[in-house]
Amino acid sequence: MSLLSKTLALATSALIAAATLTSVAQADEATGQQLFPLFSYRTGPYAPSGIPQWAGYRDYFNYINEKGGVNGVKIFVQECETAYTLERAFECYERYKNGYAGAPVAVLFTTSSGFDAAISDKARLDKLPIISVAGGRGDAVDGSVFPYQFPLLFDYWTEASIVIEHIANQAGGYDKLNGLKIATLYHDSGYGRETIQPMAILSEKYGFENIQIAVPHPGEQQQAQWQQIKRAGVDWVFFRAWGVMSPVGLKTAARVGFPADRIIGDIWTGSEEDARPAGAAAKNYLAVSVFPSGTDFEITKELKKNVIDAGKGDLKDVSKFGSVYYNAGLVQAIIYTEILRTGQKKFGNRPLTKEEGQWAAEHLDITAERIAELGATGLLSPLKITPQDHEGDPAAKIVQWDGQKWNAVTDWLKGDRPLFRDAIYARAAAYAKEKGIEPRQAQN
Amino acid sequence: MSFFLETLITGLFAGLMYALVAIGFVLIYKASGVFNFAQGAMVFLAALAFVTLVEHGFPFWIAFLATAALMVVVAILVEALVLRPLRNRDSLTLFMATLGLSFVIDGTAQFFLGTDVHMLDLGIDDIAEDYAGILISHFDIVASLIVVTLVAVLAIVFSKTRMGVSLRAVADDTLAAQSIGIRLPVIWRIVWSVAGLVALVAGLLWGARQGVQFSLSLITLKALPVLIIGGFSSIPGAIAGGLIVGASEALADIYLGPLVNGSVSTWFAYILAVAFLLIRPAGLFGDRDIERV
Amino acid sequence: MPSGLLSRLDAPLLPIVAGLLVTFAVIPAMADDYWLSSIIIPTLVMGLAGIGLNLLQGYAGLVSLGSAAFMLIGAFSAYNLILRVPGLPLPLVLLISGLIAAAAGVVFGLPSLRIRGFYLGASTLGAQFFFEWLFSNFTWFSNDSQSLTISAPRLEILGYSLQSPLGRYFLAASVTVLLIGLAFLIVRSRLGREWMAIRDMETAASVLGIRVARRKLQAYAISSFFLGVTGVLWAFAYLGTSDAHTFNLDKSFQVLFIVLIGGVATIFGNFLGAAFIVLTPILLDRVVLAADLSFLGDQGALTNLQRIIFGAIIILLLIKEPDGLSALLRRARQAVRNRYAG
Repeated sequence: MSLLSKTLALATSALIAAATLTSVAQADEATGQQLFPLFSYRTGPYAPSGIPQWAGYRDYFNYINEKGGVNGVKIFVQECETAYTLERAFECYERYKNGYAGAPVAVLFTTSSGFDAAISDKARLDKLPIISVAGGRGDAVDGSVFPYQFPLLFDYWTEASIVIEHIANQAGGYDKLNGLKIATLYHDSGYGRETIQPMAILSEKYGFENIQIAVPHPGEQQQAQWQQIKRAGVDWVFFRAWGVMSPVGLKTAARVGFPADRIIGDIWTGSEEDARPAGAAAKNYLAVSVFPSGTDFEITKELKKNVIDAGKGDLKDVSKFGSVYYNAGLVQAIIYTEILRTGQKKFGNRPLTKEEGQWAAEHLDITAERIAELGATGLLSPLKITPQDHEGDPAAKIVQWDGQKWNAVTDWLKGDRPLFRDAIYARAAAYAKEKGIEPRQAQN
Repeated sequence: MSFFLETLITGLFAGLMYALVAIGFVLIYKASGVFNFAQGAMVFLAALAFVTLVEHGFPFWIAFLATAALMVVVAILVEALVLRPLRNRDSLTLFMATLGLSFVIDGTAQFFLGTDVHMLDLGIDDIAEDYAGILISHFDIVASLIVVTLVAVLAIVFSKTRMGVSLRAVADDTLAAQSIGIRLPVIWRIVWSVAGLVALVAGLLWGARQGVQFSLSLITLKALPVLIIGGFSSIPGAIAGGLIVGASEALADIYLGPLVNGSVSTWFAYILAVAFLLIRPAGLFGDRDIERV
Repeated sequence: MPSGLLSRLDAPLLPIVAGLLVTFAVIPAMADDYWLSSIIIPTLVMGLAGIGLNLLQGYAGLVSLGSAAFMLIGAFSAYNLILRVPGLPLPLVLLISGLIAAAAGVVFGLPSLRIRGFYLGASTLGAQFFFEWLFSNFTWFSNDSQSLTISAPRLEILGYSLQSPLGRYFLAASVTVLLIGLAFLIVRSRLGREWMAIRDMETAASVLGIRVARRKLQAYAISSFFLGVTGVLWAFAYLGTSDAHTFNLDKSFQVLFIVLIGGVATIFGNFLGAAFIVLTPILLDRVVLAADLSFLGDQGALTNLQRIIFGAIIILLLIKEPDGLSALLRRARQAVRNRYAG
């Protein structure tokens, strides 16, 4: 008897669970809103990089919604925790790709280069535009091969050339690069490997010795790699870490006696979360920065007043407000709302479909004036996307950690993007061939 | 040559740090026959609790004692909620239970204490100094002194105290030990508490080196080959195993890694451990009766 | 001769026909894309992985902590076969990938001839880390793709594309049905009986003339074959894209959980275990969303809460249901029968 009742209880709970699954999916409470599925990772090894970003997104959307939404269309955020695993990201993708609770999805932000690579095939078949801000695969800038993929704002190829530009400036000119030893210490993943090819091209052009060293995921051990760097007599390290790999790398560098001011971090290696846990070892460490930290931007002040001080913010630890990752989330949220506005101008002030989202993303044009209107001057550089160029005009600053905060040591650097054009487009063409994609004709 | 020596020495130091984690496993395995996968989660929990207390302004010793108390509470809970109901079950089931336990522990730690990366400063510089042409970190020396002290204390406790004798009796013959009146639950609680304290020390040293964050729990995976080489039930074995793994892994990474275009540290220790197993199935210092396992 | 086969298997015809009907008619007709892609396909495939490990662990009594490594080998083999041997039909690709995984299984099963019990876990863990490294370190395996990912080639059988969710479901389901049949054949054959003899009493088995070493290696080979085929399905029928880290240690542990939760030495129990593994995180996530538990903390805190609950459920199941969910179901069925029959 007790067994029977136990089984019944089990069956009932299974039924309830199934009912929850379907009923949640069928509620129409969000009709008239625009769905933003947020693929978060608040747990797992990369959570510290994620949490402030999600807060940046959520606080901005909160702020926009309180003011009535984007031209009256509210943003319906559905967070889906992935714990940085592909399986969970896929489930999230399947759950939200056709909209949710009556709210359609216009574009999808992939929030990680790993998810971006994994989802891109599905998204192409589903004709759903996916956007990764300052991440994703470099060759997706070729809009004719990748109509649904947008590596907006910045890419790792340009980053490589900006790093070389900075080193050249320090050395006293590009001609002084000849004979220098520049090591790239990278996270062994698609993201980390993205700079192998551009560094080879740069090395060929400028004659520096190009050393590539991988660190296996998650990178909590780097003794051997740094010893190798030290032994090889490397002059500069281009440090392409992610998550826990950053502080561990900086501490290990100090341990083997490699100077921090000769290490230039990647944009995802240059936040407070990367430098602070390394303590004194991080002092004078350099990094490439696309997302400036700080709380003095007009929009940040607005958020402080209306969201943070009102106790409606997403951050548990308010000291993260205005940090690099927080501002990264904020910038991405601003770009998202601007895509919606672009689309609404053509299709009307209503939630956009994915076809309309794709058009909007391809015609995004955030001018300097518009940035000023948004109160984001200094936070975001102008961004113009075309059907041929899915990135815009990348630029970054070099910043330095003084032990407490990041300070810019250069102005916006542009690098040498045209240098890679052929290689990038050749890669895109090779991809098109492998997948049997017919590159679409230029159109406007 | 001096580079070779430097690699070897830093490898040996790293090996002692592995051994520190492995000792926690050995204690629990000896007393309860459980391969405790949650040891890494315990290291993480201890470090996170400690660093949170310190960040809230508590002095070192109070934070240390409070965390130690927390680890004792964890040990008591584990005994009551997991070990006792699973008594007399096969080792694989127990192992799976500790896997579940590791989810519970690191989930709880992060639920209450957050997922941030914390810096843990023990006041020991981790900067290389030149000793006769070889760069050695001051931190490594202090850390290995701490490990040696800890092992000495454990050895004295287990050979001289009543509790230690009971523990060895349990490890030798559980049934006989029970028949002479040794109460297993008590022994388990004590041993899990001691393992918790070892986890605390490991957490402080590893946390000071890597920062206190989620990946700290992954050092379980580093301790496993150490255990296989040293034997699951021997503390000297754990130390020898740690030294072997640390040194050979460091050398392999430097000299073998470039030949195969990448770091080999994720798997090298395991393949080494398998080789050891084939030559010496019970590990260097392990019991002979692994078939029972 | 299917009827002869069935009688040899001592299998009742009715449940089999009903099962096939549900698999190939009812589910495809009822389920929508989300259910197929996110719940049913992964449950089937992980259940199959559970069978693979259960043959080794439940029937032959050998430990493996690195099941995902063999799934990984299967997935990358299939990718390279399709890429480099054009025109190879899909069933052959699956078969060869399984065989490659089986060969690797034999190599990493060799230590079982000398060591027993939990220590064996080390060898298979070695396989886990070694192959994860191998397939991500040598980009040849992923056709030099910078992202190290392999993506599904065009899946088709006799020109019929299996790219849609339904097509991928049919692929996964047919392979699963075939392999379930194979698994039953194996465990009821002499091989299966000898495995159990070795599991229960190795010395006695060898006295009885069972060739223990050979049987053990066969267990590794067959288990790895199942896992290899499962890996292909996981990478291409379920995910569509994957990389070496898709098949990491967590996946190996999931397969272990499936076996223990579903029931050691069962076949269908594995699907219960798989359903538990696949559904629990999704359900917890949904419940949290639906119940609006935000007062407990942000999404991160809630995810950690889910982690705690998941761990606790596993411990609880291990304590309360030593023989797994399938034993629970069996007893329930028995109880119902007693109640209405008597």
